[in-house]
Amino acid sequence: MSDNKKTYWKGVEQLTNDPAFVKNAESEFPEFLPINQNEEGGSNRRDFLKLMGFGIAAASLAACEAPVRKAIPYVNKPVDIDPGIPNYYASTYTQGGDYCSIVVKTREGRPIKIEGNDLSKISQGGVNAQVEASVLSLYDNERLREPQKEGSAISWDDLDKEVATKLNSITAQGGQIRIVSNTVLSPTTKKVVEDFTAKHPTTQHVVYDSHPMEGALVANEASFGTRMIPSYHFGKAEVIVSFGADFLGTWLSPVEFTKQYSKTRKLNNGKKTMSRHYQFEGNLSLTGANADYRTPLKPSDEAKAVVALFEALSGKKSSIPNIDKAAADLKKAGNKSLVVSGSNDPAVQMVINGINSMLGSYGTTIDADKPVHYKQGNEKAFDQFVADAKAGRVAAAIFYNCNPLYNTKAGSELKEALSKISLKISTADRPDETAIAMDYIAPDHHFLESWNDANPVMGTYSFSQPAITPIFNTRQAQESLMKWAGVAQPDYYTYLKDSWTSALASAGKTWDHILHDGVIEIDPPAEGETEEDQANPQGVSVSQAIQQINANYKGSGVELSLYQKLGIGDGTQANNPWLQEMPDPITKATWDNYLTVSQAWATENNVQFVEGKSNMAKLTVGGNTITLPIVIQPGQANGSVGLAVGYGRTSAGKVANSVGVDAYPLVNKVNGVSSFDIMIGVSIEVLPETYQVAQTQTHQTYMGRETVIQEATLQEYQKDPGAGRYHAHVATWQEESGETSPGTLSLWKGHKYKNHHWGLAIDLNSCTGCSACHVACQSENNIPVVGRQEVLNRRDMHWIRIDRYYSSDAEAGDLRGLEVAAENPEVTFQPMMCQHCNNAPCETVCPVAATTHSTEGLNQMTYNRCIGTRYCANNCPYKVRRFNWFKYHDNAQFEDINTAMSNDLGKMVLNPDVTVRSRGVMEKCSLCVQRIQYGKLEAKKEGRKVKDGEINVACASACASDAIVFGDMNDQDSKIYNMLKIKDTEKADYLIEKEIGEPRAYHVLDAIGVKPNVSYLTKIRNKDKA
Amino acid sequence: MQVTSTVREALVTGGKTVHDVTEDICRQVEGKPTMPWLMGMAISLGALAIGAYCVFMLLWEGVGVWGLNKTVGWAWDITNFVWWVGIGHAGTLISAILLLFRQKWRMSINRAAEAMTIFAVICAACFPGLHMGRLWLGFYWALPLPNTFGSLWVNFNSPLLWDVFAISTYFTVSLVFWYIGLIPDFASIRDRAKNKISKAVYGALSFGWDGAAKTWMRYESVALILAGLATPLVLSVHTIVSFDFATSVIPGWHTTIFPPYFVAGAIFSGFAMVLTLMLVTRKTFQLEDYITINHIELMNIIIIITGSIVGIAYITEFFIAWYSGVEAEQYAFINRMTGPYWWAYWTMMTCNVISPQLFWIKKIRTNIAATFILSIIVNIGMWFERFVIIVTSLHRDYLPSSWTMFYPTFYDVGVYLFTFGLFFTAFLLFAKFFPVINMAEVKSIIKSSSLKQSN
Repeated sequence: MSDNKKTYWKGVEQLTNDPAFVKNAESEFPEFLPINQNEEGGSNRRDFLKLMGFGIAAASLAACEAPVRKAIPYVNKPVDIDPGIPNYYASTYTQGGDYCSIVVKTREGRPIKIEGNDLSKISQGGVNAQVEASVLSLYDNERLREPQKEGSAISWDDLDKEVATKLNSITAQGGQIRIVSNTVLSPTTKKVVEDFTAKHPTTQHVVYDSHPMEGALVANEASFGTRMIPSYHFGKAEVIVSFGADFLGTWLSPVEFTKQYSKTRKLNNGKKTMSRHYQFEGNLSLTGANADYRTPLKPSDEAKAVVALFEALSGKKSSIPNIDKAAADLKKAGNKSLVVSGSNDPAVQMVINGINSMLGSYGTTIDADKPVHYKQGNEKAFDQFVADAKAGRVAAAIFYNCNPLYNTKAGSELKEALSKISLKISTADRPDETAIAMDYIAPDHHFLESWNDANPVMGTYSFSQPAITPIFNTRQAQESLMKWAGVAQPDYYTYLKDSWTSALASAGKTWDHILHDGVIEIDPPAEGETEEDQANPQGVSVSQAIQQINANYKGSGVELSLYQKLGIGDGTQANNPWLQEMPDPITKATWDNYLTVSQAWATENNVQFVEGKSNMAKLTVGGNTITLPIVIQPGQANGSVGLAVGYGRTSAGKVANSVGVDAYPLVNKVNGVSSFDIMIGVSIEVLPETYQVAQTQTHQTYMGRETVIQEATLQEYQKDPGAGRYHAHVATWQEESGETSPGTLSLWKGHKYKNHHWGLAIDLNSCTGCSACHVACQSENNIPVVGRQEVLNRRDMHWIRIDRYYSSDAEAGDLRGLEVAAENPEVTFQPMMCQHCNNAPCETVCPVAATTHSTEGLNQMTYNRCIGTRYCANNCPYKVRRFNWFKYHDNAQFEDINTAMSNDLGKMVLNPDVTVRSRGVMEKCSLCVQRIQYGKLEAKKEGRKVKDGEINVACASACASDAIVFGDMNDQDSKIYNMLKIKDTEKADYLIEKEIGEPRAYHVLDAIGVKPNVSYLTKIRNKDKA
Repeated sequence: MQVTSTVREALVTGGKTVHDVTEDICRQVEGKPTMPWLMGMAISLGALAIGAYCVFMLLWEGVGVWGLNKTVGWAWDITNFVWWVGIGHAGTLISAILLLFRQKWRMSINRAAEAMTIFAVICAACFPGLHMGRLWLGFYWALPLPNTFGSLWVNFNSPLLWDVFAISTYFTVSLVFWYIGLIPDFASIRDRAKNKISKAVYGALSFGWDGAAKTWMRYESVALILAGLATPLVLSVHTIVSFDFATSVIPGWHTTIFPPYFVAGAIFSGFAMVLTLMLVTRKTFQLEDYITINHIELMNIIIIITGSIVGIAYITEFFIAWYSGVEAEQYAFINRMTGPYWWAYWTMMTCNVISPQLFWIKKIRTNIAATFILSIIVNIGMWFERFVIIVTSLHRDYLPSSWTMFYPTFYDVGVYLFTFGLFFTAFLLFAKFFPVINMAEVKSIIKSSSLKQSN
């Protein structure tokens, strides 16, 4: 074997056995490898120190650059707060005498949305625009952060010490103290005032209202012996006659009345009757726009019309249009009729009481046994206060959440008189017109931070609970009053709770229970007198009232009628950009007030009005001169002009200051009480300067297009439920009749919705146009506010709009004529949002598929994918898509306008479930897809299907007239399914989405075949002739 | 080579020899920039600078700097886009279709016309980009690229996507066609070049052209193939652009006549633009012998034909609107004629339908000044045609509540100016550094048509 062994050499080196080779032969790497450069093999101490030094420096540098995030996780999570899950708290909205029972949606401890409280028998789940918007006022950057003394900050302790000392010395000297406020609905607050009065006996509580109802209070005092306003039940009335009372918009309790009124306007298979509504007024109000018969009358004639109606009821013929007709209808309806007037004149209200008494309305449509407390102002007391202040008889005045220097006529007088008051305190949340003239401002909490109660109607109580910890160093005004009354540790919560203990015990309810419900009804203690006696006005001296009216109502020249707008109201919430940008339901104007004039007046004075642009006017009333823009308003009574109050604020904040003009100084006195009608001494000069009012709708008529608005009269409807419907047809071989609706012909295969099929049904007959949905949508969906200039550029961002169309007197073919609204037009409101078309034109044209169809019938918008070609918006037949022309959030250009997206405070109102859209993307109504998803997930967690009513979209839930109904059109038990009488049909080639059986239901632009998921019900007017 | 009849009029006048052609054309390239050229360049660059500022502001602030609104989502942007694309039709039409029809008169104008096409398409392409809300994403999201967004695809139903394909294809083919044609001429310049830089640059541009018979053969077959490819594109591009409107549901847009009507309109405006530019070039570069009255007359005849087609289309639209019985459709057309934008409509009618009819008169058709003025008028008219279609249809469509007006801003005008600056800067650079007339091709017709006189 060894012989055979061959030897192979790896190389010459092995053969020669070179010593250098042998030395390394056995090691793994024979050659030197630069693994360990230093011979010791490993780092030395200096390297370690170098590396450590660098490491520390680098780590600290990196730490410096790390973003500082403000979100801090809970160390101990509160039991009832889950991130991402909203909490709801029942509460109460009060603003002066305005009342609404609400449910506040909070997310992570922040109120972000206000909904109506369904448990309330007054507001019945309805809200209005001001209520919806009030959540943004909570995060108003103009709110005071801490108490103020003459414009600089002061601590609560110092303020209390100084105020208490001064108050005590005033009381000791017998100086007069006044607490001035608007109507206070809270009984417990009144108790606090009483306690205060007990401590400082010279105190008097002076209550005034920016829009007083002194006339009604005085008239009812004469009629019933008590100074009160009765409950009205519009829902029980078959005939409603209103003289200038905008009860659907701004008069007394509009949410409640809208709820009631809309019930009388609903029609379906069972019910074929509706109320008939007459309106006599000067300015075209929201209520007038909804009336079946509307008679434009200038203010001096309006009071005379009340008298005329009174006389017509006893058979005397009247020359005023529609008075005789109204009288006949009223007589026929008997006690199921209701006559109201917006006048503040006791004489007019006396005649109204006479009419209602004659008709027997007391006990049916008017309940004098259940007075309402919305208006408690006493003009005489307030006038006395101003007189006392001027005479130096008042030593101290506390202005409790009111702003009389702005919203009363006596504001300027009072301002001068203030110097004679030695101690002046305001509890305003901001340095408003009154507060800046004070010695001290003791800012109150926002109502969403407060505990309170309210007693809007006799026997009905409502509670407020805080939905957020106070954001600033403010204090509830009640606690301030308690402190100044000498309570060492005032605690209004305990005080409130304690004052309710006995009442709750007797009602068998607990404190937690009422906080959960938000409302409670406690029967008032029975009174001795029988109902019959109480229910009818007694000893009414109508004839005397008529004499007064004939003496007082004499107009000369043009007459001015001041009114409130739905959004801005009396101007208290003027610094709320949502309300400023909410288009007025009638003029569709934003960010301004203006003189509304009739077309006849404009022609006479050579005023042109094109796209909101017209001459300015110089309005002179008495010694006051105002320069303001003009808007031509169809329906404005000839010889009258209108102007909204609530604008022209000087110290409300960046949003409202210098927007519009202040009309309060123009308020008049008639028959000893204030009147918003100025009948004598109004002069208007048309100036050569022009101004453009920012309107969101510049074309006023629907051009006779039956594809858009379909309407009929009640008589026609009673004969044929499909009256007023427009059926387009084209020839086809597919049908036996040879014709079909063009909407049924389609290139597309259609959709099959296996699970849900969401849709909306909108009743044009119930929609009053109140625009609560506008603000609700804005609040729910983080819609930016763009400001006057951008509205002028026609770039408002609202996802839902309410198209307001006037009728025209022109013939069908006269296209020029149809552009001009009638002198006293019929008005139709049409809420318009994304129609969620099944054959959506927007979906096919998007190059990047950013807008697509969901499996549940929604037209979805994917903001992330959108590149902003705007093709979808162009191709939308309903023009509901909105483009982000600029970056609206965190942009200096929109800082003072879009406050909800510009500062850290305002941003707290944003809904975390909805993306804030970036510049350059398209957006539109999503049908509140976040709410749909939430509702579906909740149902899924419980392993069941979604029940009808569990999910509701923001617009539908805000709607006080229940005109918008949302639901699943696949769910046979749903309200929408039954309302539209849906039939499921499948045709051979095409899957037809849904066939609608309700004869009144139609799709806007049905003929173009886009197959919307939003249906409208025809508008029916209760008129004799169309 | 075709045999040309001796009675045919010469296509190139002045008894030019082959050498003259080279001299005449190359003179511009080799000489110093002339005063008019420098002035033109200064004005163009000025316009470009102002325009660039507007483009910057547009991108920095957002599309809101334009006058668009919630109802009118496209106005000057897409008007300008369609207008420039329309102008970009003449070049390829002249080179490709007239090549296939063996229209030799095209030879002295096709080079400049093609250059115009390419620059016009570049200008046109600016607008679909700039009008986007988010250009920084849109420029690549609009392309069907593989991606990691869960393989999110583009929407092949969208006419805008078809535009992307149509325009990019057209641009590519036009560019290649134009460049191939330039190669022999670059070689001529290269061979004549006296300094090193020119030699190097034109050498590179001419791709080593050697003038061999084989090379010429390949050159001609490529030209023919590209002409074949480009021909359907000439028709398809504007057809597809018209689909942006024709496939929509908006009254005034939803019109099946659009494809032929748009193509005719595009040729109409393209020829007008070629005339405008050629008349200036002809004058300043003294090319009267190459671009003769005959050329101008022939082009004017095409303008009469296409202008009349466009006019018939306008009338047909009205007839169909009436015949359809569709209320919104009828209103859209009545509104065009009598509504707030009546002036735009009547400008369009006057410029596009009435004024080209003057070319029936031979005196006007062969008058250079008249042709120049009318060619500009036609392009004003064609701009208004697109404005009328886009803006007047959108501003009053179905729901009267949304009806509104459109008012342009400084930035609308500025971005339009930007494309003018871009176009003329590019065209002037082309005129100076590239041979404006296809020397190689023109030389081929000298023998058959022009030389005979000197013989």
